[in-house]
Amino acid sequence: MAETETAFVPAFDEPSSAGRKLAIICSKGNLDMAYPGLILANAALGEGVETHLFFTFWGFDMINKKTMGDLKFSYLGNTAMHPPGMFGVAMPQGMAGMPGVTALTTKMMKKQIADLDVPEVPEFLELIEASGGHLWACRMSADMMKLHEEDLYDGVEGIISAADFIELTEGAQLLFI
Amino acid sequence: MPTTTINGQQVEVNDEGFLVDPSVWNEELGAELARLIGITMTDAHWAPIRFLREDYAVMGETPTLRRVQTQTAIPVRDLFGLFPGKPAKKMAYVAGLPKPKGCV
Repeated sequence: MAETETAFVPAFDEPSSAGRKLAIICSKGNLDMAYPGLILANAALGEGVETHLFFTFWGFDMINKKTMGDLKFSYLGNTAMHPPGMFGVAMPQGMAGMPGVTALTTKMMKKQIADLDVPEVPEFLELIEASGGHLWACRMSADMMKLHEEDLYDGVEGIISAADFIELTEGAQLLFI
Repeated sequence: MPTTTINGQQVEVNDEGFLVDPSVWNEELGAELARLIGITMTDAHWAPIRFLREDYAVMGETPTLRRVQTQTAIPVRDLFGLFPGKPAKKMAYVAGLPKPKGCV
């Protein structure tokens, strides 16, 4: 057994990790594509990493007050889909397009997420904001969709251009989702 | 597993320095663990730490920041203020518990 004279303490504030930054570009508005960015942002913030999220194109649905609480999940085009816990059991792609199926699969996925005590998108954004994360909306997407700051989640710090985002995330690691 | 002396007490720690056995913990030791990572414990610090201990005893797992917030109504923002930088890990360390495993 190794014995140390001075107390052996975890290195929480290593200078090597100081100044680490993460930029996450959220470009999808499907329920299943919203979560990876949110979860990784939350994890990075918990590690003391300065984190910026940039919502663009369909990712705007994650911060649009009208849609953020109602994202949907469809397995159309997703051949990996299987019923919960039934690995290797295929779900017919043709069925995914039938009326009511998206509502059903969305409900199933929301339940699985809630069972893990993971919050819905609006509450998740609140958590990220409270943890010091920065939320930015894409200028071009806002113009295309004719949306203004008042249409967006209140924690969004601003509608900025792609160039502005690149500038403020200088030196950051970048993740495109 | 290395051992280290904290507050004159020999304790076993893992490779990162977290206590291996949560049962050797008491509040006096917790205050010293906090001091070692630069935190002076106040009532505001103790509230989440006591919750961590109670919750771990029931659930067998260290709660995440979100769980601390939902169960104690202490805002996540405050936890970042009390245990700056890496609040979940720092709280687990001070409480003599393993790092939380949950993602959210």
